[in-house]
Amino acid sequence: MNPEIGISQNLPDDTPVDLEGAFRDSRIQEVLDQLDRELIGLKPVKTRIREIAALLLVDRLRKGLGLSSGAPSLHMSFTGNSGTGKTTVAMRMAEILHRLGYVRNGHLVAVTRDDLVGQYVGHTAPKTKEVLKRAMGGVLFIDEAYYLYRADNERDYGQETIEILLQVMENQREDLVVILAGYKDRMEEFFRSNPGMSSRIAHHLDFPDYSPQELLAIAKMMLERQQYHFSPPAEKAFQDYILRRMQMPRFANARSMRNAIDRARLRQANRLFASNRIKLTKRDLVTIEAEDILASRVFKEGVPDDKTAVKQGTAK
Amino acid sequence: MGAPGAATIKGKDRYKAGVIPYKTMGYWEPSYEPKDTDLIALFRITPQEGVDPEEAAAAVAGESSTATWTVVWTDRLTACEYYRAKAYRVDAVPNSPGQYFAYIAYDLDLFEPGSIANLTASIIGNVFGFKPLKALRLEDMRMPVAYLKTFDGPPTGIVVERERLDKFGRPLLGATTKPKLGLSGKNYGRVVYEALKGGLDFVKDDENINSQPFMHWRDRYLYCMEAVNRASAETGEVKGHYLNITAATMEDMYERAALAKDLGSCIVMIDLVIGYTAIQSISKWARKNDMILHLHRAGHGTYTRQKTHGISFRVICKWMRMAGVDHIHAGTVVGKLEGDPNMVQGFYNVLREPHNEVDLQRGIFFEQDWAGLRKVMPVASGGIHAGQMHQLIHYLGEDVVLQFGGGTIGHPMGVQAGATANRVALEAIIQARNEGKDIWNEGPQILEKAAKGCAPLKAALEVWKDVTFNYTSTDTADFIPTPTLTA
Amino acid sequence: MRITQGTFSFLPDFSDAEIRAQIEYCLRNRWAVSVEFTDDPHPRNTFWEMWGMPMFDIKDAAGIMYEINQCRKAYPDHYIRVNGFDSTRGWETVRLSFIVNRPKHEPGFQVLRQEGPGRQIRYTVHSYATDRPKGERYKEP
Repeated sequence: MNPEIGISQNLPDDTPVDLEGAFRDSRIQEVLDQLDRELIGLKPVKTRIREIAALLLVDRLRKGLGLSSGAPSLHMSFTGNSGTGKTTVAMRMAEILHRLGYVRNGHLVAVTRDDLVGQYVGHTAPKTKEVLKRAMGGVLFIDEAYYLYRADNERDYGQETIEILLQVMENQREDLVVILAGYKDRMEEFFRSNPGMSSRIAHHLDFPDYSPQELLAIAKMMLERQQYHFSPPAEKAFQDYILRRMQMPRFANARSMRNAIDRARLRQANRLFASNRIKLTKRDLVTIEAEDILASRVFKEGVPDDKTAVKQGTAK
Repeated sequence: MGAPGAATIKGKDRYKAGVIPYKTMGYWEPSYEPKDTDLIALFRITPQEGVDPEEAAAAVAGESSTATWTVVWTDRLTACEYYRAKAYRVDAVPNSPGQYFAYIAYDLDLFEPGSIANLTASIIGNVFGFKPLKALRLEDMRMPVAYLKTFDGPPTGIVVERERLDKFGRPLLGATTKPKLGLSGKNYGRVVYEALKGGLDFVKDDENINSQPFMHWRDRYLYCMEAVNRASAETGEVKGHYLNITAATMEDMYERAALAKDLGSCIVMIDLVIGYTAIQSISKWARKNDMILHLHRAGHGTYTRQKTHGISFRVICKWMRMAGVDHIHAGTVVGKLEGDPNMVQGFYNVLREPHNEVDLQRGIFFEQDWAGLRKVMPVASGGIHAGQMHQLIHYLGEDVVLQFGGGTIGHPMGVQAGATANRVALEAIIQARNEGKDIWNEGPQILEKAAKGCAPLKAALEVWKDVTFNYTSTDTADFIPTPTLTA
Repeated sequence: MRITQGTFSFLPDFSDAEIRAQIEYCLRNRWAVSVEFTDDPHPRNTFWEMWGMPMFDIKDAAGIMYEINQCRKAYPDHYIRVNGFDSTRGWETVRLSFIVNRPKHEPGFQVLRQEGPGRQIRYTVHSYATDRPKGERYKEP
């Protein structure tokens, strides 16, 4: 991991360094490109990731010259609503950290509170340690991390997990990187109640909600991957769908797009089935028509398709 | 079964009295597809001048199954097409004019279940003296799973042996007591004690140490077991000495085996020359008595060494795995005895793999599923020393017994030092290999470094550093044309 | 004396870095790594006490080094060994096993002889340590 050059600090200031070469050799451009391809939008996040990569690359060069730099803190928090790409970015981040040599293996272990906290006395510590062992050499991603802390419930064992995490995050920085994730306001509250945790987080990344244009692009990309496409009227209808659905409760960004696409495909299949089955062509099989979208309850009743009760809800 | 070959005479004409070529008797069937349950033998034939290879192959098939030199009407009392062996393929051997590989398939019913004596009587019992052939070698065999399942196989096997000894992750170390002959029981036991205490896992009797005027077998056993137990207490390890139970009769062998067991030995040894029947009997006894069974391949060189005539040692390995031995001497590559690297690795693979793929470079001609028969631990013995440790592990891997007879007992600082030198060299190479180092190229430096903290190893490397055995092998691969030099 | 059980006992005691390297070898081979301890080092005692479960699906040696050090803290005067277990078909056994901790003073073994008929002897190897009860075996006298 660290270049073993026993060079003293007495190198002249004009000693050349090859930043371009180091960048090329690390091959992190491939990962950044993959990120660009996989995730629409997220400009602020991608920018931040590049900045962090630059910092780590420079840090490595400094180490190579024998200049001081303690093990940098790499723990992060990702805040944002559901379906905004946090887990995907965490995986790419693990890969980048691995290619820059900050993490030995580069695998990601994604858990929630239930994977870490036990149900009875003495259960939590071994459970948490098992997860940590599996994650060592890589990145531990804890989704909805605020559930670890339940201020009101003293019988809650989540505090034990927090203690263990604080220890590892401080003392075993070369062995493990921790990423905490969840909704922004709840994460902020969590950090306020746990200043120790907050002080160990080096980078906060916020994942904004997608714009309607971005959501449409995401939906179209999903369709393309499955070898479907919208007819022009269908695309218009879907744009309308997005605007309405965004206002409704439990909107999960990219995930909601996936669900909507799946439902549209179901409706398309049934429409084809009910139609004149003999005269169908390949074009019929790959095209989503407007009626496949407009059949949604979002238009007819003003509620999301997965809601059971027929009530007009408000945004969370 | 495929349609009879174009040359085969069919119908009533086949059984008219008289002599007809083997090719026409039904022994040459080029369109025959061997069944999964057929045994297949691969022979290397060198026909006499004027004998065409297919006729020679058919003759071998015939004479190793049902034929006689003239037509017999009594064939018609049997379902003779099944009992005839069928030569179905003949290939010229690369770079060897006048030699041919002949593939011959035998129906499963030709063989008694679970009997190597019967297998060998069938395949090699009749055909090797046959005049129309200048030379004949049994090169390889494919055993069907159906047949293998009638054998018990090795009584212990590599996995269980290691679990009994509690020794994992490295080759086992052994030595043969030297001098080969002449020591009395007590002095013999002294050598065993010194070697085991110094760090070897096993010591062994030599193949011709049975019961001679200079040392009766009972005395040897008593003194050896004293040595084994003392060494075990000195080191905290399980130790053993291969007590040779080879004798003139089976009754004598059982008597010797019984004393070995009573004295608490974990292992006994037999020589190949006791014969296939005796080997299977002792194998059964070994399993019943929780004993590891070591086989010395005494005498094999008389028929395995020449490429043109005899039996390839890989076939012996297969037969011995079926008969059921736990150890078999299989070659060292870099030592004083015959052993081309490819051929030796082929023998090791036949003994150790649960399934062999075709590997012509290593002389494995058939895909062979071993049907769960346990793995045999190969033994590398003969003229090897600590300075070759990296080469040995490179060629042979870690599931092997490395025997350093002269290399232990001939050490300038004594037997214990010799044993320690070997053990330290071994562990150092294994540590380096596990760390990912290139032991083939860096071996000598790794050994030098280990020797810094170990005077016996230092001395061993000094004394033997120029010893190599470089001769051209006689038994080499057909599929790599240049002859090989060992080490 | 010094018990020479385990794959590397004839080499000087391994540093933590050397132990790590061997553990990484096990992980590269996808073997499960386990830590065991005992105060009865008899050569036929094959079942040492397990320090936790065997660790499957681990990608890095750090977690395992942690367990070894925890075991050393809990049992500083016991023998502790690390095993690599291979569950593939045809093996299903330990492939590497080496000692990572020893008591400061190892009393060793004696040979007990039971004279039998003729010149036969029945041998048993007896561990001096087990003369004392569990937990008190390696305390300084």
